[in-house]
Amino acid sequence: MRIFLALLMLLVPGVALAANDVVLNSSVFVEKAVSDSNGKTKVVLEEPKVVVPGDRLVFVLNYQNKGVAPATDFVVTNPMPGAVAYQGTNDQSAQVSVDGGRNWGALQVLKIKESDGGVRGARMEDVTHVRWPMRRTIAPGASGKLSFRGVVR
Amino acid sequence: MSGNIMEQNSTWSIMNVRLSHVVPMVVASASIMFAQPAEAAGTAAGTVITNAATATYDDAGGNPQSVPSNPVTVTVDELLDVTVVSTDPSNIVVQPGNTGRVLGFDVTNTGNGSEAFTLTANGTLGGDQFDPTVTSIYLDDVSGGGTVGVYDPGVDILYTPGSNDPVLAPDATRRVFILSTIPGAAGDGNIGLANLTAAATTGTGAPGTSFTGQGQGGGDAIVGTTGADGVDDGGYVVQTATITFAKTQAVTAPASLGGGTISAPNTAVGGVKAVPGSIITYTLTATVSGSGSLSNVAISDAIPANTTYEASSMTLQGSPLTDTGDADAGNTSVSGTTVTGINVNLGTLSAGVRSVTFQVKIN
Repeated sequence: MRIFLALLMLLVPGVALAANDVVLNSSVFVEKAVSDSNGKTKVVLEEPKVVVPGDRLVFVLNYQNKGVAPATDFVVTNPMPGAVAYQGTNDQSAQVSVDGGRNWGALQVLKIKESDGGVRGARMEDVTHVRWPMRRTIAPGASGKLSFRGVVR
Repeated sequence: MSGNIMEQNSTWSIMNVRLSHVVPMVVASASIMFAQPAEAAGTAAGTVITNAATATYDDAGGNPQSVPSNPVTVTVDELLDVTVVSTDPSNIVVQPGNTGRVLGFDVTNTGNGSEAFTLTANGTLGGDQFDPTVTSIYLDDVSGGGTVGVYDPGVDILYTPGSNDPVLAPDATRRVFILSTIPGAAGDGNIGLANLTAAATTGTGAPGTSFTGQGQGGGDAIVGTTGADGVDDGGYVVQTATITFAKTQAVTAPASLGGGTISAPNTAVGGVKAVPGSIITYTLTATVSGSGSLSNVAISDAIPANTTYEASSMTLQGSPLTDTGDADAGNTSVSGTTVTGINVNLGTLSAGVRSVTFQVKIN
């Protein structure tokens, strides 16, 4: 990534470089069912020590504007790791893509072109990207949290 | 951070990702590579799952900015799972004392790593009427020497635990055969069950059991929902058949004596009142009982001395049979011009009664 960025900088010299004051922190948790002393089972989120196919993951993105100026038109984009099938997000404003980020929208309006030429509605496991096009201004010091679910394929 | 739950992590910490000289990026992360399509067994053991997001915004000067997150990685560990499924659609029909009778099973690695499996067979199960004696386990030869999926004596590979435990890639299936001897005392209709168990050599246990460092690629191996072992039953059913023969006769007096049936006791075999010209009708009855069948069943009878066969008098189940050796089941044995016996080929018989009749005239 660093090399990639360096290359970009070489390719695009002279672009005004502004202080990058927004910080985005990614973390991942795995859902584990644990029994409490009463024998009741509840689901907790743990740091994943190990995951195996079928494990349910929660990806969390924390953002914060550490700068002194507002950040406008704020959008967060998360490509799905290939080994993880998207399982949705509670955030109604989120959009997904099933074609590598070319087209975006709610899952139910997206289509998948099959290899035999047919077209079907997109499914959770087709999602390649999820994004939050909040398009709003993050004031200095403001922060927020985004999350989505996935399952290890 | 071990054991952290999310609630404890809700106080957000700044990671060391502050980049101060980043040029605008047009959601470059959109051109991400796609992983291999998921297999039934799931993501391969050792796969590293990396997640990273990108934030884009405009700074105070209206310049587009892009910030990548830190990548988080999780490694997929080996899941130990296996299924065993009998390949016989119904119980295998056997006879008492049979040896080397085959049951087939498919062992499938439903885990996500390459794994060896230990096979065991057991013929002493409950819920049946006899215990087949398992004599050996064979691995289907898949090198082209025999028919794949079918037991080929002398071609398929004798299994020795610990020596040639089959190694299966994720999603791979191997056909396995167990050979049994059927006890001589097993009765008609009795069922005997035998099963095959396949267990991951790394280990078995309750789902979630972990074998540290023993997974493919050096990670852990985790027991999956199958408990890392699988078992299925196959069955043998004994089908035997027995046959009994009976012969009766009826004597009809010649027309010159009134044509009536001569009354008992003269109808018994060897009855003394039959007179020359009387017609004797013999009925030969074959009764098959049991759940099995008998093949190449034939009924033959000699024409008694001092009698002459009545031409074209043979019947099978009431239907006439010709005397010549042709398409129907009956024919006669001839010496010179004299018919010396009758023969009826009944072929393969399952349970039931077959009756043959023929007539002779007392000389």
